[in-house]
Amino acid sequence: MSEDVQLSKICMDFGSFRAVNNVDVTIKPGEFFSFLGPSGCGKTTILRLISGFMEPTEGSVKIGGKDMKGIRPNARPTALIFQNLALFPLMPVWENITFGLEVRGVPKAQRRAKAEELLQLVDLHDSADKRISQLSGGQKQRVAIARALAVEPKVMLLDEPLSALDLKLRQHMRAELRAIQKRTGVTFIYITHDQGEALAMSDRVGVMSQGILQQVATPQEIYNNPVNGFVASFVGENNVFVGTVKGKSGDIATFETAKGQFNARLGANVSVGDTTKLFVRPEFCTLQKTASKSANSIAVEVTEIAFEGNFVNVFVRDESGDTHMVQVQNDPSIPTPALHSKAHMIFDPQSCMILSEATDTRSGH
Amino acid sequence: MQELLRRYGISLSVIMVAMTAFWLLALVVIPNLVLFKFSFRLYLPVDQLGGPNDVYTLKNYATFFESPIHINVFFSTILYSSFVTAICLAITYPLAYILAKVLKSTDTATFFLVLLVPLWVSEILRSFAWFIILSMQGPLNAVLLGIGIIDKPIRWITGFQSVIVGLVYAYILFMLFPIYNAISALDTNQIEASEDLGASMWRTHWRVIIPHSKPGIASGCVMVFMLCAGSVIVPTTLASTNSRWFTEIIQQWMFEGLDWNTGSAYAFLLLALCIIFVSLVMRILNVRLVDIAK
Repeated sequence: MSEDVQLSKICMDFGSFRAVNNVDVTIKPGEFFSFLGPSGCGKTTILRLISGFMEPTEGSVKIGGKDMKGIRPNARPTALIFQNLALFPLMPVWENITFGLEVRGVPKAQRRAKAEELLQLVDLHDSADKRISQLSGGQKQRVAIARALAVEPKVMLLDEPLSALDLKLRQHMRAELRAIQKRTGVTFIYITHDQGEALAMSDRVGVMSQGILQQVATPQEIYNNPVNGFVASFVGENNVFVGTVKGKSGDIATFETAKGQFNARLGANVSVGDTTKLFVRPEFCTLQKTASKSANSIAVEVTEIAFEGNFVNVFVRDESGDTHMVQVQNDPSIPTPALHSKAHMIFDPQSCMILSEATDTRSGH
Repeated sequence: MQELLRRYGISLSVIMVAMTAFWLLALVVIPNLVLFKFSFRLYLPVDQLGGPNDVYTLKNYATFFESPIHINVFFSTILYSSFVTAICLAITYPLAYILAKVLKSTDTATFFLVLLVPLWVSEILRSFAWFIILSMQGPLNAVLLGIGIIDKPIRWITGFQSVIVGLVYAYILFMLFPIYNAISALDTNQIEASEDLGASMWRTHWRVIIPHSKPGIASGCVMVFMLCAGSVIVPTTLASTNSRWFTEIIQQWMFEGLDWNTGSAYAFLLLALCIIFVSLVMRILNVRLVDIAK
């Protein structure tokens, strides 16, 4: 039903510009894998390399162990869902869905039955004879998914298909996509710049920047143990301190900054003496009246409070004028700190990391 | 109308509407109405004008239906115009596709320049150029003789073949541009989606690109067909004694026979039958006039 996708040391050049640089990753059969990165990081290029619209300058794409070199998109066991869906506006819904079967010579009655079956699967009833223009955004989405599933692909490729939908629908479709993936067992390769999408849906995430795959790991691992500063700051929020690594005991290092000395976990590729950055998530920070002896602490003043619904973002300013963010759960029983009150921002050494900048060479798996 | 007023103000709007009205009435509607009236009057010596013989009649139209030669020429004109249209379509569709979807946009610009340069020369000169190329002692025969494909020169300018060549050359761009525009407007992702779903190149053209560009194809066909059927210069230059074009007969009635009445009748017959033919083709292709106007 599903196959693995093996990208071996892939490079893709456009003239002198290297869009994809030495990407090496194996996506397991039946896995939901996301490529996450800002626009222009090369993630769409990777999708086009897998689907066959481009051939890599170097390296190879293997699907189910078979080298795809020279195989056109129409002969690859992949189905691509385009960002703008690319449904055929001149065909009714059911012909759209079974277009891939039509070109394989499946008789009409059989195609019609398959269309009905797929429409059930994507939860879209009584729409077989509608025109594409009669459908809403979410319905079009489902038709696109059904059309791709109709050809029974071994690998499904999705190019930010949810980006055009509004927030509520997007969240609903996330769950839907995930459910369809589980039901069909097809390998899903998902491209997105939306970290929420990537974390919520994927079995594993590959974070990309400037054509380089920075980290491949489970969503939890990506969020909690980013390998470098790029991954840390692209996925989730951070308070950042610049400083120098002084000493090291176990996996905890001392970090000397202009705002004082902190203890933090030392990331890969960072050693004593390096000048780099310390990252700490706002939800791992707390505000207390008194400074802490065991944890890192920094004297601050509350400057702004942003109520976000399920949580509250408290913005604080330290003595040198830099702003940090502390995130607290919305809990009516606990009073939120008063504006302009003095406090100490506390964070545990285990919950913060000293990381290098984005690496030029690939790191992590 | 409201929009026009709001945008350009009263004076500019009046000027624009007036100019359009002038063009439509003075240069299109009135001349046609005058000719239409002519076509129902007899061609009489000056001293009989306004006399008892100057009556409305269908005699001018009857002249056509009583002349097998003219009927024959008429249908040849329709047939060979269709033929030219088909050839233009066959050449331009692949070209339009390549220009719109395969070439890079910088290359497309160069290509269009090369295609447009010949248009800077007048139609008469371009037809005459073909007359030279196709003549017995012309460059085409010289080349073919030179590379040994033929033993003795071929008479190209006989029958309709030279007219077809000339008409294809004269009007092919009127086919290219609408089809190019239609294909350009197609989202490239649709072509890729079709290929990704397993369609061959032919299937993608048949199911995705051609249905999308049908209005462009139809408007190109209508334009080329009408221009061919109404062409005077190309057939006059490139036809021979055994190939006459219907417009030449109209021209003969009007300028050689000085019989504008019969000439007008013939012209309206051509117009009427062209309209019928075109609407028939549009019906078959399932294209509406609105689509073509776009």
